[in-house]
Amino acid sequence: MFDTLLPYLLAGVSVGGQYALIAVGYTLVYGILRLINFAHGDIFTAAGFFMVYLVASVPLPLAIPLVIILTVVLGFVVERVAYKPLRSAPRMSIMISAIGVSYLLQNLMWYVTGGLAKQYPVLPGLSQTIQIGSATTKLVTIVTPILTIALVVALVMLINHTKIGMAMRAVSVDFETSQLMGIKINNVISVTFIIGSAMAAIGSLLYFTNYTAVTPTVGAMPGLKAFVAAVFGGIGSIPGAMIGALIIGICENLIKAAGWTAFSDAFTFALLIVVLLFRPTGLFGEKTTDKV
Amino acid sequence: MKKLIALVLAVMLLVPAFAMADNVIRIGVFEPSTGDNGAGGKQEILGIEYANSLAPTVTIGGEEYTVELVIEDNQSLTDKAISAAQSLVSKDVSVVLGSYGSGVSMAGGDVFAEAGVPAIGVSCTNPNVTLLCDYYWRICFLDPFQGTVMANFAKELGATKAYVLTMLGEDYGVGLGKYFVEAFKGLGGEVVEENFTEGTSDFAAYINNAVSNGCDVVFAPCATTYAALIIDQAAAQGISFPLLAGDTWENSAILNAAKGKNIKVYCSTFFDENDDAAAAAEFVTGFKAWLNADSGKMTNNGGNDIVAAVSALGFDAYNVALAAIKAADSADAAAIVEALPGVTYEGVTGAIAFDDVGDAKKDMAYIKFANPETGAFDFVKTQKVGE
Amino acid sequence: MKKGNKRLIISLVFVALLYAAGCLIEHTAGTKSMVVTVLQKGAVYALIAVSMNLLNGFTGLFSLGQAGFMLVGAYSYAILTIPMAKRAAVYQYYNGGWVQFTIGVIPALLVAGIVAALFAALIGMPVLRLKGDYLAIATLGFAEIIRAIVQWDTIGPLTNGSNLLKTYPTLKNIMPGNTVLFTFIVVGICIGLILLLINSTYGRAFKAIRDDEVAAEAMGINLFHHKQMAFVISSFFAGIGGALLAMYQGSLQANSFKSSMTYEILLIVVIGGMGSVSGSIMASFLFIACSEWWLRFLDAETVLGNIKVPLLAPGFRMVVFSVVIMVVVLFFRKGIMGDRELWELGSRRGAKGGRK
Repeated sequence: MFDTLLPYLLAGVSVGGQYALIAVGYTLVYGILRLINFAHGDIFTAAGFFMVYLVASVPLPLAIPLVIILTVVLGFVVERVAYKPLRSAPRMSIMISAIGVSYLLQNLMWYVTGGLAKQYPVLPGLSQTIQIGSATTKLVTIVTPILTIALVVALVMLINHTKIGMAMRAVSVDFETSQLMGIKINNVISVTFIIGSAMAAIGSLLYFTNYTAVTPTVGAMPGLKAFVAAVFGGIGSIPGAMIGALIIGICENLIKAAGWTAFSDAFTFALLIVVLLFRPTGLFGEKTTDKV
Repeated sequence: MKKLIALVLAVMLLVPAFAMADNVIRIGVFEPSTGDNGAGGKQEILGIEYANSLAPTVTIGGEEYTVELVIEDNQSLTDKAISAAQSLVSKDVSVVLGSYGSGVSMAGGDVFAEAGVPAIGVSCTNPNVTLLCDYYWRICFLDPFQGTVMANFAKELGATKAYVLTMLGEDYGVGLGKYFVEAFKGLGGEVVEENFTEGTSDFAAYINNAVSNGCDVVFAPCATTYAALIIDQAAAQGISFPLLAGDTWENSAILNAAKGKNIKVYCSTFFDENDDAAAAAEFVTGFKAWLNADSGKMTNNGGNDIVAAVSALGFDAYNVALAAIKAADSADAAAIVEALPGVTYEGVTGAIAFDDVGDAKKDMAYIKFANPETGAFDFVKTQKVGE
Repeated sequence: MKKGNKRLIISLVFVALLYAAGCLIEHTAGTKSMVVTVLQKGAVYALIAVSMNLLNGFTGLFSLGQAGFMLVGAYSYAILTIPMAKRAAVYQYYNGGWVQFTIGVIPALLVAGIVAALFAALIGMPVLRLKGDYLAIATLGFAEIIRAIVQWDTIGPLTNGSNLLKTYPTLKNIMPGNTVLFTFIVVGICIGLILLLINSTYGRAFKAIRDDEVAAEAMGINLFHHKQMAFVISSFFAGIGGALLAMYQGSLQANSFKSSMTYEILLIVVIGGMGSVSGSIMASFLFIACSEWWLRFLDAETVLGNIKVPLLAPGFRMVVFSVVIMVVVLFFRKGIMGDRELWELGSRRGAKGGRK
């Protein structure tokens, strides 16, 4: 029994870890701006394309940091151009702007790549095939959860023990008061987007090493699932996002194992709706009351 | 603001329809050059363009007409296909060639039928393309045939239980999968059928399912984007049984994915570049030289000069269209519709003559093996109906 | 009162002129022309955009489930109208399917709306208790679930699984040569009904909910009841819109009703102006004309003289298009009309006064 399930669990943990890295970006941004950043999945895709194009011109050890830097720049620019001008606008406007950015990024990537799938470069080591018990898989499957946990721990430390982390917490609790207290809101928001994008870039390195084709819309589904993970774990909570993502990754693979393959995506949404109805604050979210 | 919009609207409405130049006949090319099937669609366009470069004119009523190709991208999506088809029709094409992919052909078919423009299917293999559209003809074999061929071949490889994996919402794959299942069960085999959704990247669970169900062959007719992922992940999980698919898998993307890996991939297709028939050999030599002369065309072919079967079919489709125009002796779409059923043509992919439904009577498929060492397709065998 | 009557007459004359113009264009330009395509598809999208505006713009419910309800409507229509003789061929893998009868086009359109409304009533019960962006993501999720179910092989005999539905009556079958007129009439009736609703007490309650939920509740408006009503009515018309879209396309596949379709409609609503029916209608035609017709030249590689025009390549059209949309979203947040109507333009102050 365990031998049959092991490959599914491994795949689930691996893809869950990759969702987790995307989910961190959602949960941070939502925690501070109360914005579902619909463009986050596309920023993840863009990181994939950066790698494809960079590897063609620079050596791999240089390409990896460059991918992270470019993705961070993209995330930063998106926030400054598309979200900052709308800070005082109704929340619906910012969300529409996020949908617009997503539409733009997808169309832009379609144009640049000619709408065809690109083969992701092989990262030596990570792509190697290994044997675990009864399962054969790529090394990245094992590396992903370890790296994810390490990054999440580091991020939690950053938020709990540094000045900028304290500022982020303050802004997420009360936007206006923290502004009055002298916190530079715009800087804090930029830092949030930078962290989120960097995580998405690392996530894309792992994800595309496992699933080697990059297309302009490849990030849409993982993006939505990562968002569901963030809601499931309790939006605003980073460890919650990680655990939510791992659970979703594993469930998805077990559902496929049970033969319900057509519904593996639908399951994620069903889970979302159930969570929203019965425990809207998620697993680890704090209870908030609506202010009039 | 409003006045401006009104003005723009008014001007746009007055933009005159296309000014018809003298003695030009337009042939529409209805193919995907982006999306899941973009890679294959581009190869099909190359075949058509090559044919056009060899026969750029046609004589109608004693006058020489220049053939102009009007290429529209249907993006491999059924909803985009409709507007691409409308765009072709609005540009007054006399006949349409395409498409790679059955779903887009069926979606476009209605638009062509409504406008009375005949269409010649190049590599769309689903029976309903021609069955449900009186204006569609086709020059390749059909899925019931192809599915049977691959089921027989799976049996020959010694398989007893097949894992059939297709994409939800893709007419081509789902249809071909059904015919394979029918034929394979008829041969006494067992089948496990599963679907993946559009945009899936993670195929690990599907491959695990194949293994845990004790299957010893995988049949996965799908677009090359997904095929490359399936092959890569199957190889990563150390799959020892063969992967089979239909004509879409005869593509450089498959060769790249299989290259250097320990995996066995077979597909059926319409043509083999090592065919020793005179017409085929001449086409292969000429087409390779034509590709090598232009780096842009080389890129569209997948970066090498391997002749894809769909390019050969595209070549034949263009020539069938010219034959129909000559037979009709008119650039008028209605006249071509009248003439098409009677057209016969000796093409590089075999003789073409249409039956009552509008399908070419073709009875031979080529089975090829994606060689992981050489990165090329090896010819395995030809298979006919009833074998 | 008199002034209102006068405005009504002017509006009706204006609408009649539009219908005549649509009719005339079809007869002079011919069916092959892109203008006719734009008029048909633009009208269908106008209905869908207005139905979405009823929810997002007038009631303030940020729902992203429109594509799902269109899908339900389109499938209901197609399944019920495919001629008996063709069923065996269409449902080639399912022995002709379960449904073994056909109904007329107009009843089928109504059924399409009703089925979509039923789905909305079921989904609305749990979902409408959610607020703001959670509602958005939950409706988006439901739309995806609907799509997965429709494509499910087990109910293939009903929906034809993931295969195309074809051969049902399309626009050209119903009123040959007057396809535009037919579309305009159906869409016109539907939008007219929505307008009547918006101007009724219910409509005022919807706007009160949009402007301030707590205040509306304090005024004695039953929040859930009214939200549910807006949701169901919006979906009813989205269902009819979906059926019209199916008639326009001539073939139908669940795969094309993705969330990106909802986003496109949302962007149309934003361009037209949240809370403006006439804005949504104008934006629909503009959007369809740009994406299907006017901007197509951007996709063609063009050589002027000896110079290849830079940037022009497949896909550039959509890039330009989405940049324009971003500019509207960021700098012209009110869209074309804001929350005003075309027929209110003459008396700006009066309309404002009436609203506040």
